[in-house]
Amino acid sequence: MKHLLRQIFRSGKFLVGFTIFTSILLIVIFYPLIVKEPPLQIIGQGTFFPPGTYVNVYDSLDSTKYILNLQNAAAARIASKLGDKDREAMAKWLTLAGVNEEDIDITNTEALLKLWETNYDRTKNIPGLTNAQRNYYIRLDNSLKGLLSTESAIIATKNVDGVLEQKALISPSDYVNVNQVANVRVLPLGTDNFGRDVLTELVKAAGVSMQIGFVAGLIATLIGLTLGLSAGYIGGLVDDIVMFITNLFTVIPSFVLLILISFSIGQEQRGATTIAVVIGLTSWVWTARAVRAQVVSLRNRDHVNLSKLSGHSLPHIIARDILPYIASYVVMALILQISSGILAEAGLSILGLGPRTTEVPTLGLMMNWAMIYQAQILGFWWAYFPVIVTIALISFSLNLMNTGLDHVFNPALRN
Amino acid sequence: MKGYRRYFLNKLGWFFITLVAAFCLNFFLPRLMPGDPVAAIVARLAQGINNTEGVQAIYQQYAELFGTNKPMLEQFFLYVRNVLRGDFGYSFSQYPRTVSAVLAASIWWSVALQFPAIITGWLIGNTLGALAAYLRGTFDKILLPVSIFVSNLPAFGMAVILLVVFAVNLKWFPTSGGYGFDLIPALNWNFVKSVIIHYQLPFWSIVLIAIGGQAIGMRSMSIYELNADYVKYARFLGIKDRKIVGYVFRNAMLPQITGLALAIGTMVGGNLVAEVIFSYPGLGSTILSAVMGQDYPMISATTLIVTIMVLTATFVIEILYGFIDPRIKAAQSE
Repeated sequence: MKHLLRQIFRSGKFLVGFTIFTSILLIVIFYPLIVKEPPLQIIGQGTFFPPGTYVNVYDSLDSTKYILNLQNAAAARIASKLGDKDREAMAKWLTLAGVNEEDIDITNTEALLKLWETNYDRTKNIPGLTNAQRNYYIRLDNSLKGLLSTESAIIATKNVDGVLEQKALISPSDYVNVNQVANVRVLPLGTDNFGRDVLTELVKAAGVSMQIGFVAGLIATLIGLTLGLSAGYIGGLVDDIVMFITNLFTVIPSFVLLILISFSIGQEQRGATTIAVVIGLTSWVWTARAVRAQVVSLRNRDHVNLSKLSGHSLPHIIARDILPYIASYVVMALILQISSGILAEAGLSILGLGPRTTEVPTLGLMMNWAMIYQAQILGFWWAYFPVIVTIALISFSLNLMNTGLDHVFNPALRN
Repeated sequence: MKGYRRYFLNKLGWFFITLVAAFCLNFFLPRLMPGDPVAAIVARLAQGINNTEGVQAIYQQYAELFGTNKPMLEQFFLYVRNVLRGDFGYSFSQYPRTVSAVLAASIWWSVALQFPAIITGWLIGNTLGALAAYLRGTFDKILLPVSIFVSNLPAFGMAVILLVVFAVNLKWFPTSGGYGFDLIPALNWNFVKSVIIHYQLPFWSIVLIAIGGQAIGMRSMSIYELNADYVKYARFLGIKDRKIVGYVFRNAMLPQITGLALAIGTMVGGNLVAEVIFSYPGLGSTILSAVMGQDYPMISATTLIVTIMVLTATFVIEILYGFIDPRIKAAQSE
């Protein structure tokens, strides 16, 4: 056993897969110990806040102010407020007004503004512009003037009489230190369509999905092992019946059965466990076939016959003389079943047949939510991309472990 | 030809047995589930109605419509009769369209998308896998991990990635649908062009996934065959490498064909989900809208149609396999 383990861990593929899988597992276990918030808590009022550090504006007003005279602060301020659309519109006006097209560079904010200042004249009549467009340019010009102003902003509060009273002046060169602001929240992956912290939700979802995969894989492997063993070892009528059923379910697509069963169970009854059990019940076919094939080839080996002659009981023969020979195969099958169980849950959830949505997140449900709210088309990558990466990493690592084991146990594939 | 008869009859027999079994599962599974589907439907419809007699009347009407007030066996024969006539009843969510009408509009989109894509992926995957086994070295070192990773991406994941890169960011292809929203299906160049453009992303997302899985399988098979005794013997006899490789890959191919027949069900299942991502007007989207609309007759009919699709595809592959594998001919003429 010790020797075998050493041999397995010497396989590069297995080791890479094992490392990725264990890392994910460790994150799933330890992350909730650090971030203690419930994963489905709705914190954001609104949908899809982008990833980043969220600093409380109210608290930052009270924090100590530091004056930093940074050279490019003004330019950065304008650049961040001047959108691509506005830039393109400015370039359009300038070309219509007769400025050479090659002189206009909309990526260079400073040059663009200078060009605008020297050329723009709101009284100038440019043919082809509608009144609405003309007004748009006037508004744009006004807002640009606002951007360029260096006046301070005033913070005011209402006093007892309900009159505004100046409380503080904030000049463009005032800064606060984020460490001194009372409320700062880092959302590394932003929030989802419900306003929930995606990272916390994702970690929980990965854990639940892995559990679903594990339960489904365990059930499938147990059923497959039992059927395969009985068909292969007992043979005869039992073999015929089991093989008949197995052959049927090999061609009837299990995913279709899964859809049918999940839909029939109904939304209220579908918990994560139920889904796991249903997936397990529909995916034992491959294990059963393979175990049977192996047992048939083992059944008439000498050591099995010897055991029979010695009067050992059936359970004893199966446990001592057959199982050890197919153990490696069964473990490999289990690994694959876990991986396909996770994928099956994800597929079901995207079709709206996943676990009911109120209790726990799963990777598939997160995907489903993101798709329903069209995150992929609106460009909210943080809502779906980390989910896909997590699913792919889990299933990739499991399959890599499987390939590694295959190379250890099947020397023909090595060299 | 005569030698094949038993093989074909055997396969045909299995085709019908599985068909009947699938049909029975399709009928009995939902009815074995806890809860009364009709009661569930009525509960949803009758929300806000507090007149018990009214609710009772709605229940009666639906029980009549679905025939659930009749004994199970009678229901079954009614169902068989109706399905044979192509009658799956009315769709709930798209009433007054019949389920058959909805399915007739969507099934060809799925068939035309999935089967060409699976076959293309299978061909490319096998070629790459065989090359990896033959060339080894860097090509193999790169291809194997990439294939493992790609084949482990769920079909919908690949679909989303392609969608975001090529449709949302690069804007080369449309984001959703099977044809432009401004077009009405007709046989003119405008429509066909739109269909072809909309076809690309769903097609390639399926092809890429299929390539990964097939390449891994073909690689293992080819390595196994390349190390077989007959190859060593042939080399020993001085037969040209090119000729040996031809034999090796023909032999490695055979299990891959069986593998395709067995895996087609899984592939179709995964691809249905990919269709949903692209809002492709096929069966996947039909299932989604049926689930959303709690459309019971529609789900049941769609699952039956997908099963029949997969069974037929499997049957066709097995028949082709009979022609290709010399062992089958040999076994029959004994």
